Formats: sequence, C-alpha cells, structure tokens
Amino acid sequence: MRYIPSSPAERRRLLEALGVDRVERLFDSIPETYRLQRPLSLPPAQSEADLLSHLTQLSRRNLPPHDSAVFLGAGAYRHFIPAVVDHLISRAEFYSSYTPYQPEFSQGTLQSIFEFQTMICQLTGLDAANASLYDGASALAEGILLAHRTKRRRRIVIGGFVHPDYLQVARTLVTTLGVELDIVAAGGHGGCEAETLAARLDAQTAALVIQQPNFAGRIEDLAPLMEAAHRAGALGIVVVNEAVSLGLLKAPAESGADLVLGEAQSLGVPLSFGGPYLGFMAVRSEYLRELPGRLVGEARDAQGRTGYVLTLSTREQHIRRERATSNICTNQGLCMLAATIFMATLGKSGLRELALQNRARAEYAKALLAALPGCRLPHAGATFNEFVLELPRDAADVHRRLLERGIVAGLCLQRYDPARKRDLLIAVTETNSRAQIERLAKELGGAL
Amino acid sequence: MSVERVPPKRREGLLFDKSVAGKRGCDVPEWDGPAGAALEARFLRDEIPGFPELSEREVVRHFTRLSKLNYANDEGLYPLGSCTMKYNPKVNEKVARLEGFAEAHPLLPEEAAQGSLQVMADLEKYLCEITGMDAFTLQPAAGAQGELTGIKMVRAYHESRGNPRQVVLIPDSAHGTNPASAHLCGYRVEEIASNERGCVHLGELKERVREDVAVLMLTNPNTLGVFENEIGEICRILHEAGGLVYLDGANLNAFVGIARPGDMGVDVMHSNLHKTFSTPHGGGGPGSGPVGVKEFLARFLPVPRLVRAEAGWSWSRDFPDSIGKVHSFHGNFGMHVRAAAYILANGSAGLKEMAETAVLNANYLRKKLEGTYHLPYDSPSLHEVIFSDRNLEPYGVKTLDVAKRLMDYGFHPPTIYFPLIVKGALMIEPTESEGIEELDAFVDAMLRIAREAAEDPEMVRSAPHTTPVGRLDEASAARRPVLRWKGGKPSP
Repeated sequence: MRYIPSSPAERRRLLEALGVDRVERLFDSIPETYRLQRPLSLPPAQSEADLLSHLTQLSRRNLPPHDSAVFLGAGAYRHFIPAVVDHLISRAEFYSSYTPYQPEFSQGTLQSIFEFQTMICQLTGLDAANASLYDGASALAEGILLAHRTKRRRRIVIGGFVHPDYLQVARTLVTTLGVELDIVAAGGHGGCEAETLAARLDAQTAALVIQQPNFAGRIEDLAPLMEAAHRAGALGIVVVNEAVSLGLLKAPAESGADLVLGEAQSLGVPLSFGGPYLGFMAVRSEYLRELPGRLVGEARDAQGRTGYVLTLSTREQHIRRERATSNICTNQGLCMLAATIFMATLGKSGLRELALQNRARAEYAKALLAALPGCRLPHAGATFNEFVLELPRDAADVHRRLLERGIVAGLCLQRYDPARKRDLLIAVTETNSRAQIERLAKELGGAL
Repeated sequence: MSVERVPPKRREGLLFDKSVAGKRGCDVPEWDGPAGAALEARFLRDEIPGFPELSEREVVRHFTRLSKLNYANDEGLYPLGSCTMKYNPKVNEKVARLEGFAEAHPLLPEEAAQGSLQVMADLEKYLCEITGMDAFTLQPAAGAQGELTGIKMVRAYHESRGNPRQVVLIPDSAHGTNPASAHLCGYRVEEIASNERGCVHLGELKERVREDVAVLMLTNPNTLGVFENEIGEICRILHEAGGLVYLDGANLNAFVGIARPGDMGVDVMHSNLHKTFSTPHGGGGPGSGPVGVKEFLARFLPVPRLVRAEAGWSWSRDFPDSIGKVHSFHGNFGMHVRAAAYILANGSAGLKEMAETAVLNANYLRKKLEGTYHLPYDSPSLHEVIFSDRNLEPYGVKTLDVAKRLMDYGFHPPTIYFPLIVKGALMIEPTESEGIEELDAFVDAMLRIAREAAEDPEMVRSAPHTTPVGRLDEASAARRPVLRWKGGKPSP
C-alpha cells in the first residue's frame, strides 16, 4: 500500500525483532470467533490518478459553481477567499499537527488561536472568546447550556427568527437535561417585538436568544431586547450566522449582549456542502470560566519569555469527566486558522468594505425583485445581505424553473414552514455580480 | 553528557502589534451599482478597535513564521496515543478542494448536489462494511459529538420501550469524553474498574449490570492498547439485562479488516475519520465522528437521512422516531470526501495491511523499550503501548520530563498521564505511517533519555532546551487568565 513506508524486507526485520513468523500472530488476543474470514467487500484499490479522476467526475455531478448564479444563504455564505488563506492553512506545520498539548512544540497553533480569540472579542465587543466550536448550531446548544448552568433556571426564550436547523439541533442536544425552549413566533413584520418577548420572560428564564441579522435577514433592534432580558435576570444571547455583518453592524455587546455565538464560516471557510464550519462563542468576563471548548492564554517561561498555552482546562472533560462544562474535546482548528488569516488579510477597512458591499448588492437585488409584478417584501425593516421575497405564486415551482437555467433563486421557506409556500429567502454576496443579479430578476420575472 | 545549547528559535510578535493604520491585505471586488440607502446610525458600528491592518506580504510572513513554531506530523513521528497521527495523503487535500465539492452550498436542491450525496452514500456503505454495522450517520462533527449522538439514540431506544433507564457504565480507562457525553444525555455515570490485565473486570460488570443500566460504553482495543477479548461475554451480560453496548471506535485503526465490532455484539459505535481514515488533525480539528448502529436502532438516527429514489439520492426527514439533528447541515463533508478517498486508495487489502503495520510498529517499540521503561500491563498490545515513569523514579525524573526532553531530540512526545489508571503514563501510538528508521531513531532517543535521567537528571527536568519557549507557567496562566490582546506594550 503506497501510504505505508516499510518495504517487505523491513517488515520482516520488524517481525524478526519480535520473534514472530507471521503478523497474524500479533492479533492472537482477538478471539478466533470474531476474526473476519474474508476480505472486506470494498471497491478495488485505486491508483492516485484513478482516484482523482473518479472523484473529479463525482464533483462534476454537483451544480458547476462558476456557470451558475447561486443566491443561497441561510447560515452558509459564499464569499471570496483570498489565495493566501488556503496557501497558508495548507502548510503541513499547521494542518498535520494536532491539539497543542505540548506548548513548546505548538506555539504557531497556540498564538494563532490567541489572535482568533482576540479578533472575535473585537468583532463582538465582548471580553473572552473560545478557540471555536463545531458549528453555529452546536454553538447555540452550548450557549443555552451555559445559561442554564450559570443561571440555574430552566427556560430559554427564543425570539422570532432563529435559524430553524439551529433550533432543531439545540432541541436534540439540550432537552434531556430538562431545559425548556420557548419559541416565540416572529411578528408579521419579521422582527422581534420587545413587549411580546418581555411578557414571556419570567423568574425561570435563563436566557433570551435573538439572531442578528435574523433568519429572515432583518436587522433586529437589539438594545431593548437585551434590556428586557436583563430586567428578568436572564442572559441576553445573540446568535450571528453571517459573521461578515459584524464588519458593519453595531457590536452586539454594545447593545447589551452577554453572550454572542454562532457561525463564522463566512470568514474564509469554503461552503464545502455544509462543513467543516466554524462555531464561535464570546462572553462577558464574568462567564469566562463557564466557556465550553478550548481556551488559549498567555504565559511566561522561566526566562520571562511570553508564550501561549491551553488554559483553564480544569473545566474540560479530560479532567472533570462527567462534571465537565461540556463534552467538547477538539475545536475546528484549521477552519479557525483560516478565519484568523482571512480577518488579518481583510483587516479593519477591508471587512467593513466587504460588509458594506454585501449590503449594497443585496439592496439592489431587493429593489429589482420587489418591483416585479405581484412580488412583495413581506417584512418591513432593514436587512443586511439576505431578505425574504414573496412571490404571487408557488415558489417551489418557480425555483425549479430557474434551476434549469443555472440559477438557484435562494431557499424555499416552505422547507421550514408549510404556510410559507410563496416565500423565498434570498442572499446576495460580493460573489454575485451585477449581471447575475439582473439575470435573476429577469428570469424570475419571466417565470411568474 | 552535555546539553547542546542552540540559540532559541525566533519568536513572532502578535498581529496586532504589527498593525499599521491604512494597510490592507486584500481588495474587495468593485461594485458598480447603486450604494443603496444607508442604514440607520443606531444599527451601525464605529470602526473595529484594534482590528489588524496589514499588507498581504506581512500576513504571509506572519503565518509562515508562526507555522515554523509548530512541530508537524509531516516532519517526523508524532506518537500521540489514542490520536492515531497517521500520514495525511496529499491527494485527499486535492479532492476535497475540487470546485464542485468546495463550492457546493449545503442547501442546494438535491438534483444539483448528486455528486456530494453520492460521496456520502458511498462512505456510509464503506463504513457499514468495515465495522459490520447496518446504518451510519455522517452528521457528528467529531468523536465526542458522535458519542453524544450514539447515547441519545440509546436513550431514545429505551424510552421507546417505556423507560430511559438511569445509568451508563464506563470503564475507568475510558476517554474523558465518554462520561461527559453520557452526562449530557441525562445519565448518571458509574465507573467499572479494570482487572489486572487492564480489561473490564467481568465479575464487577456482572454485579453492576442491573435493570437501570442503559448502556456500557466500551473502547476496544481499550486505551491501554489491549483488546477486550471477553467482549462477546460483555455484550451478552448487557443484552441479557436489556442494556446496550456502545463502542468508542477511537482505536478502530488496530483491527480494520481483521475483525468487526458489529460481529461482536456491539449495538452502536462511532468512528473518528481523523484517526483511522487519515483526515488531517488540523492543529485540533476539524474532526468527524460518524455513528453506526444495528438495524433495530436505525429508526433513531439523526435526520435528514440519505435515501435512494428513482432520480438519485435525496434527503428524507420522514423518520418520526429520529433523535433530531446534531449538525447545522450534513456534518463535515470535506472530511467525508477525504475519508472516502482514503478507503478507495487502500481497498480491502490496503486497509488490512494498515492495521497490521500499525500493530507491528507498536509492538516493535514495546519490545525495544520494555525493560528500560516500566510496562504496567503486560497484556498483548495492539496499536499502542503504555509505559510509565516508574523506572525513572529513583532519579526524580517524571513522565513530563521525558516528554519535554523528547522535543530536544526532534520528536513530538506521546500522550502523557493518560489513561488515568496508569500513574505517569506514556501512551505511544506510532501508527502504520512510520518505517523502521524513524522507529529506531525514536527508540534511540527514548533510551538516551533514560540514560540521561540517571546521569544528569537536572538537564532532563529542565528540558526542553531547543524550543522557541521553555516550559510555560501554566498555573499562573490559569490563575489570572489573559485570553486576548488588549493593546499597550508588546509582551517580552
């Protein structure tokens, strides 16, 4: 096998050193009854060239990304990724190493985590961030558990449009622990109403969860919502699944958020059919020791030199076992590194310009589409790079017809809510050209 | 014995300290359309304080320098026990980046994503064959999430029979994620002591298995690298009491193609694609932890599930008994592509050779180091071998010192102080990816360190001497945690 370096002669030397004649003897501890008496039934081994050709052919059975116009978002966004990102994360020193258990041999990974944690704090306005979590959905589940743990209360009130798949994951992961999710339907205008939500917050409420921008793309007015949470003694949790928005929108902590979490795939991680992505979580300093996942902190060696180490690991499962704050062991190391490089490359002005431009393109698309006969924007209020469009007829049918022309006209919201048969959730990023946007409007108009 | 004192490697300042106002490393494509109405000021932020400003050149230099402060598997032996740091084939990186895969949105209509769905369906099928399980979910993003998913299914199964039960049994040699995952599923954890061979103590197990035990979480081969050869009897004891058996497949690399968990009575298991199936560890993730079940548990698998329709593969949510969903989308697809590529490159014979070589290499290291280092359990080793620091005790040299000194010899240390049942454990897993030369070089370093411990213990205790930083004061770091840059003068 080409990935195994030993030659047959070397293999014999190893066996001789052990004094056994056949390698099978090393498996004597596995009872005969369980020994597989046949080869595994798998496809025959492929050469590298055949393998490449086989998988290339399979990849071509997906929509060809550069010959089509895709307006999908809903928690996964196509953004341009500068070449430096993939180039740098492909360095073997980064991608073929593991969790930095030995700091003297892992300062590259540790320092980049420290830089990531810092930038997540800068973007959210909070005091401490972890080294990443699996994805946005598990970040929400972990945030809910954090609130449950620190507040010792069992209700979580979820306002309006939080990503429905995140809610399903949260429900799967937290309900056996006695956490109760109270999901308050969004108002007709597509946003959260502070008074409606305030009425649902009680002495048993651990947290209020709001998504920003929400699942319908709308920018929520966070301050009164966070205030309502605090009045009830609950944590204000803000979920962000389009992290580029943080380049433009007010840092959630400035509006009173105690905990900001979500998905940072937008920051330099390819779509890759849904993963690997990059969950993140940031908190006010009083909850620092409750953060799940890995944390990196500054330390000194005997000569006073600064270095970085995994820290506060007494929270973690390898020490606390069943009393750990979470069962999470790894982070999303390489995706986190990609985001760190992406943020450093765009920098302060680049991220802001990227965010502004996403909004400008989405506004342009929104205006063209809303002007089509019979189409309307069902929700009022400002949006970032995503919005809901209501068609005068069944959206699934129109969606299918546009797909035949190489356009993915957003997401049919019927997927999540059978009542929303005519609604499309449309995302526009800097990867959608003006020509693509105009084509979307033209073809959609023609399909109505 | 003299210490070679080489000048310390150059360290690298923080991004933030290098930042200069007005620099930028990337352009954003021009937009020739209207700017649109501005957002209300109350929604807008000021500039992001402290956010870096660097040129592309400087970003590249910064991260290239950082990379050089890491040790990597591509550089030499990385024998972290239970982590299976095998070679990451380069072609896997290439196929995962194929445009059709890398740029596929997870919510594409099924007819526009048949290539991705085929890869996932194939991988599910391969994993079923390799493990002897009947159905797999690829959603879990890591081993620990796989455990959680598996135990959720166990709970759903017991609930469907009217009683979720209360207890999860876990051997004392298990990974810490096992008890943490069980706890998150609402179970009470009870520990089972190991016997003198390092295996589950059958007598104790029999006593502890009652009507309220939901499942036993077993790692096999266990974290001592020893095969639980009474697994048939273990499964029988659990099954007789209506309980189930979960297999932590972290160590599957030891017996692929030799035996299958599904044939031993295991009901549910996870496999770590980043261990057995070569997806890169990435400095701590992303991983992938698919979960396999026997047919009677398949109805509890997470949704959506892949189903075959006339027009091709599609997603089905029509499984009312499903535990729900554990990932935002479909799991770490990029890792699925790499794992499928690895299985295809190996084929049946290649995978078996992989397991055999991994076990051969571990036994070679055991043979060469046994005696010099104390072997706390002399049961036959499979893919990894566990030593302790007992023989070095007279010199006041501990496992941590051996680990640190190994770095001076250019090797990543093994996993240390785990499993918890071995005092001062050194857990060594060479994998199949090493040839005899690299193994001998490691043996040589380990033997020298043992000699150094006797002759110059202080030098070993103060190692490493050649790394960019020395031992860092982790205790102070935890007492007053500094988790972010805050401006001000750069640290020394």
